[in-house]
Amino acid sequence: MKIVVGQGSCGIAAGAGKTYEAIRACMKESEAFELGSTGCNGMCFLEPIVDIYEGHRLLKRLVNVDAAQAERIVSAVRENRLEDLSDLAIRAEDEQFLTQQTRIALRNCGIIDPVDIRSYQERDGYKALEKVLKTMTPEEVIEEIKVSGLAGRGGAGFPTWFKWNAARQSPGEEKYLICNADEGDPGAFMDRAVIESDPHNLIEGMMIAAYAIGASEAIVYVRAEYPLAIIHLTEAIKQAREAGYIGTNILGTDFSCEFRYMAGAGAFVCGEETALIESLEGKRGMPRLKPPFPAAAGYKMKPSNINNVETFANVAWIILNGGDKFAAMGTENSKGTKVFALTGKIRRGGLVEIPMGQTLRHVIFDIGGGIRGGKKIKAVQLGGPSGGCVPEHLLDTVIDYKALGATGAIMGSGGMVVMDEDTCMVGMARFFLDFTSKESCGKCVHCRIGTRRMLEVLNRIVEGQGQEGDIELLEELCYSIKDGALCGLGQTAPNPVLTTIRYFRDEYEAHIQEKHCPAGECRDLLMYYIDPDLCKGCTACARKCPADAIEGQVKAPHRIDPEKCIKCGTCMSNCKFGAISVR
Amino acid sequence: MSNCSCKDDRIQALDAVLEECGHDAGNLITILQNAQEIYGYLPSEIIYYVAAQTGVSPARVMGVATFYSQFRLEPVGKYLIMLCKGTACHVNGADTLEDVISNELGITNGQTTKDGLFSLKTVACLGCCSLSPVMMINDEVFGLLTSDKVISILNEFRNKAEGGKDA
Ligand SMILES: Cc1cc2nc3c(=O)[nH]c(=O)nc-3n(C[C@H](O)[C@H](O)[C@H](O)COP(=O)(O)O)c2cc1C
Ligand code: SF4
Ligand code: SF4
Ligand code: FES
Ligand code: FES
Repeated sequence: MKIVVGQGSCGIAAGAGKTYEAIRACMKESEAFELGSTGCNGMCFLEPIVDIYEGHRLLKRLVNVDAAQAERIVSAVRENRLEDLSDLAIRAEDEQFLTQQTRIALRNCGIIDPVDIRSYQERDGYKALEKVLKTMTPEEVIEEIKVSGLAGRGGAGFPTWFKWNAARQSPGEEKYLICNADEGDPGAFMDRAVIESDPHNLIEGMMIAAYAIGASEAIVYVRAEYPLAIIHLTEAIKQAREAGYIGTNILGTDFSCEFRYMAGAGAFVCGEETALIESLEGKRGMPRLKPPFPAAAGYKMKPSNINNVETFANVAWIILNGGDKFAAMGTENSKGTKVFALTGKIRRGGLVEIPMGQTLRHVIFDIGGGIRGGKKIKAVQLGGPSGGCVPEHLLDTVIDYKALGATGAIMGSGGMVVMDEDTCMVGMARFFLDFTSKESCGKCVHCRIGTRRMLEVLNRIVEGQGQEGDIELLEELCYSIKDGALCGLGQTAPNPVLTTIRYFRDEYEAHIQEKHCPAGECRDLLMYYIDPDLCKGCTACARKCPADAIEGQVKAPHRIDPEKCIKCGTCMSNCKFGAISVR
Repeated sequence: MSNCSCKDDRIQALDAVLEECGHDAGNLITILQNAQEIYGYLPSEIIYYVAAQTGVSPARVMGVATFYSQFRLEPVGKYLIMLCKGTACHVNGADTLEDVISNELGITNGQTTKDGLFSLKTVACLGCCSLSPVMMINDEVFGLLTSDKVISILNEFRNKAEGGKDA
């Protein structure tokens, strides 16, 4: 038997590292079973997760396992009495989170040991690269990708074969293949999970693409905030080089290609492909004018092709299983599967990979288990700062580039943040504009100044200073920024505002006209208040208040000083008598 | 003086990085990341030094150092609190946590406490969105935070510093 602990970043944050160490400490010198680790299977809501295997067969999945359970687990495994662990076993209901998914890009995540190349090879790893190098021409590879209908998973959904073909056709000896692992959408972590949990799958997909376009070097541009992903990638590159999948005369063929990564340094705009190239060249990440497109003049002004991590993560599977099998999933214009990072007010948050064509409602309710705490869903945000929100009444929209686009949102790279009735939609729009105005590179006046102006207007609305005509002013700013911006950051920055105005205009109006936040979230419009008739003077609130804003004698009604109160809500959740309310 | 030799070590480490990066301004970001790792921030003399060593103007190096949020031109406290203000954390109450931390430590985003113990920096997303709201102190991630929990974590770090157990 083998005990396997999931140790992705989220898992470690939930304590998986301690669980692993504790299990190891409980093991004796010679045990009949092994201890191993894996990345994450995307069930973030159950971390730390411990799987018990017999060979490749999963015998038991234990969830929310803290270090204190180590002793029990080790003895149960040692004595082959797994039934003793049934209180830790995953509940049938939660299992549905995985059983309802179809995993291609994530097929190995949480199953293999990410930093052991043999573990990847056992699951057909590097067979696709071998097949490509030994039996296919670059044109045949591109044709297979064309048949698959694979489109870019970084957001825009551009056909992958077309970009590969353009880079292949582009004249020049020196070409580059680049992976966009900048994953800038705050609230998304699909790419991190792939790199951390299955780095060889990324490397293999990239080497196949490098062969297809004729690149001599492949480079991953990875977000700096992902230290574990960088460690795993570094190790995987080393192993792949030793095994002969990277370097000169790969697998004895005349194809040679180097491979390296570069860590970004924190700038959302660097996710835009030309800004990413500038950054790779050691410069400020300012987008370039297109054309020339990267396929003609990219990194070092040489023909280059850039794809997203998830795009590459599908490639080896497509080569081995056939483009037609991939194309058999999905809808007319969106093929294959898509990975989403499901977060927000959701019960079961984590990574979801499903065939295109399923509804948002299915993902949120059947897979994600609906909203936490019995609240009602209000909307879901797709595509982060470049995307928009889809309101509850449109949740039957299917996951498809066109259908989602029609709602005013976008497919995006996979961020799916669920919001409930307590989320203020004006506050959401303000949040995104705060983000984009800070992240604008400053090259275009409309984007640099326009996003600032929009933020100012949104700020005054949530602070209760909104004026008649502010909604119209926002709309006007939106359209002029869209027209005047050079890159996708500016062109899409208005989307969160436009969609919230479209679906939640009444919330904007309530803030402006009645100085009221219907969701009860905008803190400038809130007042915490202790009802003197209900307050027993237990002092529980005053002791917990981080701002020392509550005064009052023991056993006498307490009072909140609105000047000092930072509106954190701690007092309300600590009052046993329900004396504290928000108005 | 003891810090002389330590300064030497640091310059040597930086020289090794420059060597590995071929003194190439195309690797400026990687060089600055390493320099920051070595010094804890980017002192202005290092900006000049890197410029001279890579054959570009100090303005170009400064331009890069100010463009990317990872780079710091000021030293940070012993414990760097990175509070996530990404979408998932926002939806789950990160703004309140920022107020709680600011209030508790008497600093705002980008500042360091007078005793040099804590610095606060808000970041876009730490990639642990399912545990939101999330913060990271040095290399440790803390998830599913509440106001109470944040304060007790800060107190733990305070005690740790006082106990001198931490290197
Ligand atoms: C502001 C901005 C941010 C972007 N961020 C990312 C990102 O984080 N990851 C990504 O893969 N693509 C991102 N893109 C899209 C890329 O420019 C590019 O289209 C993509 O990497 C191409 O890969 P694909 O065809 O495989 O999707 C971003 C675009 C813009 C305008
Ligand atoms: S649209 Fe904004 S981010 Fe894009 S190039 Fe212009 S100023 Fe920079
Ligand atoms: S909301 Fe927070 S700051 Fe205000 S009185 Fe209650 S505990 Fe104190
Ligand atoms: S547990 Fe791995 S992505 Fe969350
Ligand atoms: S939004 Fe906070 S960790 Fe991603």
